[in-house]
Amino acid sequence: MADQATFADQAMQYAPQLFSAALRMTRNRADAEDLLQETYLKGFRSFHTFTEGTNLRAWLFRILTNTYINRYRAKQRRPDETDLEDVEDLYLYRRLSTLDDPSRGLSAEESLMDMLPDDEVKAALEGLPDNFRLPIVLADLEGFSYKEIAEMLDIPIGTVMSRLHRGRKSMQKALYEYALARGLAAAETAGAAGTDGRETT
Amino acid sequence: MTTEPSKTGETTPECNEAIRELDLFLDGELSDEARASIHRHLEQCPGCLEAYDFQAELKQVIAVKCQNDEMPPDLLAKIERCFDTDFDNDGRIG
Repeated sequence: MADQATFADQAMQYAPQLFSAALRMTRNRADAEDLLQETYLKGFRSFHTFTEGTNLRAWLFRILTNTYINRYRAKQRRPDETDLEDVEDLYLYRRLSTLDDPSRGLSAEESLMDMLPDDEVKAALEGLPDNFRLPIVLADLEGFSYKEIAEMLDIPIGTVMSRLHRGRKSMQKALYEYALARGLAAAETAGAAGTDGRETT
Repeated sequence: MTTEPSKTGETTPECNEAIRELDLFLDGELSDEARASIHRHLEQCPGCLEAYDFQAELKQVIAVKCQNDEMPPDLLAKIERCFDTDFDNDGRIG
């Protein structure tokens, strides 16, 4: 049984990660702050149920995820399961790869890290419906295993896998559309290059 | 458009397998044996290697850029105060 007096010492170190995840889930700062506070309060109150020596970080993320699903998702009045259009595999890679035609897409020195602004990547993630966004937050941002995510979201592992796969492809499409609009990538069909006329070098 | 990222446009069953396993590989969910098999393919297939590198970088970019939010400076203190006071007036601390 974990001692409540040690909760803050053990748990507060995870606040920045939990806050970022809360922001990606709620998509606004006020709700993210409330969600983080509620997560820590629930954690504090039920810390006696935490088994010392097990994964406290995963335990806190489970509380965060449950609290979000029960409270904030209900508030949004969205259908529980939203679907995504089908996007082909390797969507972004096939459009930015220089293999087929080095004159389009990323040059060797250009990295995705430099090309994509933070806000655009966040927007691509936050544009996904909950049922696709949450698995990506837990897998790609927080590094949880499929098994852990399946338990947190109470869905089968196969569903975690397919939602990750489809959600990631949908993000790639959003990021490609950003790159196109900014002239950072050439359009696929000849004559329709970069909407603002900028050439990629 | 080619269906596989092979440099020569060729697609092999190994390429198809590698692309199918890409998520599992990058997420660290493959068995050691399956992982080793993918590694062997990537060593001899520049097309798949480039696709894998791209997806690995993308995963990294998403992780870094979606986790750099600054917390409001007073939020931690506000939360910690709840651990010392009867926050919701139920007669218990917290």
